[in-house]
Amino acid sequence: MKHLLSMDDLSLSEVQQLLSLADEMSEIQKRSQPKVPALRHKTVASLFFEDSTRTRLSFETAAKRLSADTMTFSAASSSVNKGESLRDTVETLSAMGVDAFVVRHKTAGLPLAMTQWTNAHIVNAGDGAHQHPTQALLDAFTLTRALEMGNSLAGVRIAMVGDIRHSRVARSTVRAFVLLGAKVTLVAPASLLPPSLIYSNAAHTSHEWPVSVSHELDEVLGEVDVVYLLRMQHERMNAAFISSVDEYALHFGLTAQRLAKLPSHFKLMHPGPMNHGVEIGVDPALVPGSLIAQQVTNGVSIRMAVLLSLLGPAASSETTKEERDVS
Amino acid sequence: MSHSKSVLIIGGTVVNTSGEVLADVMIDQGVVQEVGPNISAKYAAENEGGPRRIDATSCVVTSAFVDLHTHLREPGREESETIETGSRAAALGGYGAVIAMPNTEPAQDSVAVVEFVRMQGERAGLVDVVPSACITVNRSGLQLSPFHSLAQNGVTLYTDDGNGVQDPVIMRRAMEYAKELNITLMQHCEVSRLTEGAVMHEGCCSSHLGLPGWPSIAEVLMLQRDLELVRETGAKMHFLHLSTARSVELVRQAKNEGLPITAEVTPHHFSLTDEKLSGFNTVFKVNPPLRTMEDIEALRAGMQDGTIDAIATDHAPHAAHLKDQDLQAAPPGMLGLQSALGVAMKYSGCSVQRVIELMSWAPARIAGLTARQGNSVASGNIANLVVFNPAAQWEQSLDQIVSKSQNTPYLGLPLQGQVQCVLRDGKVIVEAGVVTK
Repeated sequence: MKHLLSMDDLSLSEVQQLLSLADEMSEIQKRSQPKVPALRHKTVASLFFEDSTRTRLSFETAAKRLSADTMTFSAASSSVNKGESLRDTVETLSAMGVDAFVVRHKTAGLPLAMTQWTNAHIVNAGDGAHQHPTQALLDAFTLTRALEMGNSLAGVRIAMVGDIRHSRVARSTVRAFVLLGAKVTLVAPASLLPPSLIYSNAAHTSHEWPVSVSHELDEVLGEVDVVYLLRMQHERMNAAFISSVDEYALHFGLTAQRLAKLPSHFKLMHPGPMNHGVEIGVDPALVPGSLIAQQVTNGVSIRMAVLLSLLGPAASSETTKEERDVS
Repeated sequence: MSHSKSVLIIGGTVVNTSGEVLADVMIDQGVVQEVGPNISAKYAAENEGGPRRIDATSCVVTSAFVDLHTHLREPGREESETIETGSRAAALGGYGAVIAMPNTEPAQDSVAVVEFVRMQGERAGLVDVVPSACITVNRSGLQLSPFHSLAQNGVTLYTDDGNGVQDPVIMRRAMEYAKELNITLMQHCEVSRLTEGAVMHEGCCSSHLGLPGWPSIAEVLMLQRDLELVRETGAKMHFLHLSTARSVELVRQAKNEGLPITAEVTPHHFSLTDEKLSGFNTVFKVNPPLRTMEDIEALRAGMQDGTIDAIATDHAPHAAHLKDQDLQAAPPGMLGLQSALGVAMKYSGCSVQRVIELMSWAPARIAGLTARQGNSVASGNIANLVVFNPAAQWEQSLDQIVSKSQNTPYLGLPLQGQVQCVLRDGKVIVEAGVVTK
């Protein structure tokens, strides 16, 4: 694996290997000195064209626990494009000797474009509404470990609720869940589903979503093992995707009433940050099945596993170097 | 205009509206003097003071192409293209004339800018550079352009291309002027409220890639509105770069009713699909976006049955540093002049004669250029001609590109139909695929 750009690029066995590696990383994190020298002398740069303190800190923590040097480039993309092209920025940073870029950008596909501009490894930390593969991996890791199912989610029924249309989390995590054998139902008003799922004339085989769709949260609650809530953004009102956040919360929010309808063994997940009173109307700390805190903890383990796979000794750094020399 | 020595095109197939015939073509004083089989025997050899001879074996000889839709970027964006470099690309593509789109900086919304473009075209001296003008001042959609002044200065085509005219009041008034002045409005059909932030066709591919989609309905709604306005006002209207199956259907119906409309499609819209965006390559970002195979089939059928009048390139050069951005920031558009014939012959499903009609005769009529362009290869007509091999298979490579920008989507794709030679006013300006002027 040279880059981690999209969950579409990963096979089931590659996902399972990363989950198993994350177990080892979790062990390291539990030590009194949670640090190993695996990536000493490697430099990991976080390149965040869109703010995300949580994800950036999670990656930087992961890099530091593996003893990599870290650097941070933080800029709203609007200010970058004054004279210097994005390509210049990447080439400049690359020339400083970066081994891996962790990239967040508001536009889908930018991490892939970057692979043309640098020889460094690229980790996609979220590109527009496209992909957020480490989120998908940490979700899969969290859920498989919570359900004690090894590296499988066979038969697990998962409802993903919210703004699927604009969600990179949905596009990556659904893929991970389905790959591991789960049955996923997307729950949202039609306006917040990807257009291909609402306009039948757009049917096409190569981009199928292997999911069921529902517009009624109440109807699916009794039949699921896991509820995965997505963040609802207030801006969606402006382009008429929703009437109001209140209206959305009334029909698609996880309220105390809805909580009561869920089976006792159910698990609750959310990629954060939460919009209290919108998609979630209860205190998650009081929900016994909540995995939200574990998702955050596991985020560091998964990102350690990803960085180690890309940059570590097992990643056959010698051949990588050779490849770089000839390219 | 000075004319060099006479030219004899030998052994080609002359294609006219009346049909095709194997014939030699004798050109002198900038004008076709004689067309007929084996007339070359009558003339002295080249080294004995006879006419310059051009071998057109296996080639078609016909009127040079006319592009209704060329972005030359000058004035204002000379880093991407100039009128000189764009003219060069046009000549190599077999064109005799190009309509310069008015989205320059400043925009072509005044006599001064229009005249500047015309003058730069004459300076370059490779193709007829015919400026169009804006429908509204600075393409803002707010205030009508000075139609009377522009029309008096010979402008016949008007468009805010890049933007659709959103306001129905402005569009209705513009059509009233168009009818009165016998000018043609060219609409870029896009309801902008439906395409905010869009970078590609809205469909399965965009849903999968998480890219904001440009739905077909945004084109269809404006087309429908304008057809009703044409019905009411009787103004002549040309629809730019139609991209959806439904658009073809609407134009077909409207033409059956006899509305005074014409329509064009671009080579990329009938050869490439939205799947090209899967690699997030900004070269494939274009407005309107690449659509689906179903749309491509409808566009091809429309070209074949006459619903679509013209193939126009929407040649849109962008300098590398502009395209080397993320998909949202990169400007839409791709090169087209040098590949248009190769795409048309390979992917339109049309006969050679129909391709020539789509690329020369019809656009010359639509643009009102028949005094110089799009005429039969017949004695007495101005020799603005192209000689091309309709069967030649080729691939485009970056070193062939003479535009100032390199954003071609056709690298590595098989093309068919290659320009050999172009004559302008009887003078050979392209020979063996190279500009000789």
